[in-house]
Amino acid sequence: MTQMSGAKMVVQALKDQGVEVVFGYPGGAVLPIYDEIFQQNDIKHVLVRHEQGAVHMAEGYARSTGKPGVVLVTSGPGATNAVTGLTDALLDSIPLVVLSGQVPTFLIGTDGFQEADTVGITRACTKHNWLVKDPAKLSETIHNGFHVATSGRPGPVLIDIPKDVQFATADYVGPAPTKPRHYAPTVKGDPAMIERMVEMIETAERPVFYTGGGVINSGPRASELLRELAEATGFPVTSTLMGLGAYPASGKLWLGMLGMHGLYEANLAMHGCDAMFNIGARFDDRITGRVADFSPGSKKVHIDIEASSINKIIRVDVPILGDVANVLEDVLTLWKQRGSRVNREAVTQWWVRIKEWQAVRCLDYRPSQKTIKPQHALERLEALTRGRDRYITTEVGQHQMWAAQYLHFDQPNRWMTSGGLGTMGYGLPASIGVQVAHPDALVINVAGEASWLMNMQEMGTAMQFRAPVKQFILNNERLGMVRQWQDLLHGQRYSHSWSESLPDFVKLAEAFGCKGIRCSDPNDLDDAINEMLDYDGPVIFDCLVEKHENCFPMIPSGKPHNEMLLGEAKMMGVIETHGAALV
Amino acid sequence: MLNIKKGSVSHSAYDLRDPNGEIIETHTLAVLVDNESGVLARVIGLFSGRGYNIDSLTVAEVDHEGHRSRITVVTTGTAAVIEQIKAQLGRLVPVHEVHDLTVEGPAVQRELALFKVSGKGDHRIEALRLAEIFRANVVDSTLESFVFEITGTPEKIDAFADLMRPLGLREMARTGVAALARGV
Repeated sequence: MTQMSGAKMVVQALKDQGVEVVFGYPGGAVLPIYDEIFQQNDIKHVLVRHEQGAVHMAEGYARSTGKPGVVLVTSGPGATNAVTGLTDALLDSIPLVVLSGQVPTFLIGTDGFQEADTVGITRACTKHNWLVKDPAKLSETIHNGFHVATSGRPGPVLIDIPKDVQFATADYVGPAPTKPRHYAPTVKGDPAMIERMVEMIETAERPVFYTGGGVINSGPRASELLRELAEATGFPVTSTLMGLGAYPASGKLWLGMLGMHGLYEANLAMHGCDAMFNIGARFDDRITGRVADFSPGSKKVHIDIEASSINKIIRVDVPILGDVANVLEDVLTLWKQRGSRVNREAVTQWWVRIKEWQAVRCLDYRPSQKTIKPQHALERLEALTRGRDRYITTEVGQHQMWAAQYLHFDQPNRWMTSGGLGTMGYGLPASIGVQVAHPDALVINVAGEASWLMNMQEMGTAMQFRAPVKQFILNNERLGMVRQWQDLLHGQRYSHSWSESLPDFVKLAEAFGCKGIRCSDPNDLDDAINEMLDYDGPVIFDCLVEKHENCFPMIPSGKPHNEMLLGEAKMMGVIETHGAALV
Repeated sequence: MLNIKKGSVSHSAYDLRDPNGEIIETHTLAVLVDNESGVLARVIGLFSGRGYNIDSLTVAEVDHEGHRSRITVVTTGTAAVIEQIKAQLGRLVPVHEVHDLTVEGPAVQRELALFKVSGKGDHRIEALRLAEIFRANVVDSTLESFVFEITGTPEKIDAFADLMRPLGLREMARTGVAALARGV
């Protein structure tokens, strides 16, 4: 054992956990830790412009690498600014370790300068958190924090470290090889349930794989196994917003995303199936629509690592508690042992129906020669970046849904979006986090102008750390999704849903020292996108798009999957009053 | 014993309840936790944050060396909600075990209560007589008041409270339910 200061322990523990980069912002209560960071070169520190940005960057880093993201913030406002990011990571199951400074232990509870009850405030938005009052427990707590953040259903943890603990000296303990702790999530599925799932695969007439973020979180092996299982059975695959890329969009079994703005064929397949295989998704309300009418004729399997997700919203017939990769491995092995059987004839008939739904071409939109349609902009972005190792982040709103519909993901960990919490301001910092993890990759944040403004200060971070992130802003000068709901649900009374006094984004780019591009003519679009892609450095791309485009398909709140609005549908009056109460 | 409402099964090995049933059940949960700072706040925060009910809650350290506390929660909800509560409790990192004493087999439940009853003459005599019937102890006495100590199921304590009310019940303090499974 080695004696060292608490601050040194923090840095040592991060090194021992294999941490390469920390996103943070200094302040009074973390100065000893920053002093230690200054005196070493193993861990890179990315200085952000606002602590929320630090947490979203760490999320982008974590989601694109599968490794935990690490954040360092000071006490009081430093910690409270991190709360939105923590909540975002909790809802999307992103592993984060957030270290916050705290006033010295003898000042806790006295309303000291920059004091906040950080552990109290973040209790509801972390998977677990700790206030470390004893320097002897600091290193063990940090190692525990990494274990909790990354095991089971991943999530954010926070460790609050008072300043006197950072100065105090104690024994440093390295990461324990085995952790004899009661906190040990189940990863292996129940063999009896796996057998029932295999029986369902063998007999299903109208099957569908409904995959989610759990496949991504389980690691690359889970995506490989999903592809193997899908190809071997020939069953159609759809995915939630969180799971895009687990099964390739170029795959022949791909139905596209499902849910509120999911594809017609995906939602109708979910509604009409007789065997639903939920793999690492959680029956979120964006997916189910009206719960009572959700996929009424199907038997349902649910694979999830989290017991509380099973039977929470939808009662399932075959619950399988375990890690996706582990369970799929067992399912494939058993299914092959039993002769790799499926009801081929029925599944072929099922595909005939699915092809009819696909023929509706629900993503068609009315093209324009005069204005850039947002869908068109994304189609061109997709076409011009195809084949490149491309990472996409998004903000929240219409552009996010269009990106999910029109961009194609063939690999996991290439798509970073705020799904559960819907955090506007997520995409720009997340794109920087992704770029820090993959310095040579093409990283694009598909943004709306309103979301983008929420964390635009992070362009300074992108410039300082030479992160050549491309900010592709679909600028409709509206809070598009809010406007769409007001259009459909609130009598077209557009209450505060427009963006006035917008900055000149090209001049803004110049002010930050990066490149600004503006495009408003569909005929110039390809050249402008290529100019963005070719530029070696951050770009703010102001893409002026059609202002009043609505995002379709759409399942209005309170409606089942088979009552969907398509682009050309008549919209007034289709959403009932009780649906308007939902969000 | 527990007053189990219609629709719940406390003694069957099989869960025969209608999962979509709207019948509200009362369950007693025993939660074994690390006795660390903030653990009670985590449990209570879970209940308030997710909109679950707490009818009664007791907590105390039960293993000093192992730093374990036992939290006994009496809660109400539909079968699905009760299952969610147990799963959500199980998610908390400092929680070691969650036992649903209402479905895992017979259990004993006891609660301690203190009653302050004031009165003169016949009321005073009647209060003392009823206290004897309920096996309540007198732990404080003045010429005009008694403090009774009573232990029993919540129903017994409710019944005693109902009887004391017309006889001059002034104040009451209840500990909440402590419960253990019967047998080994």
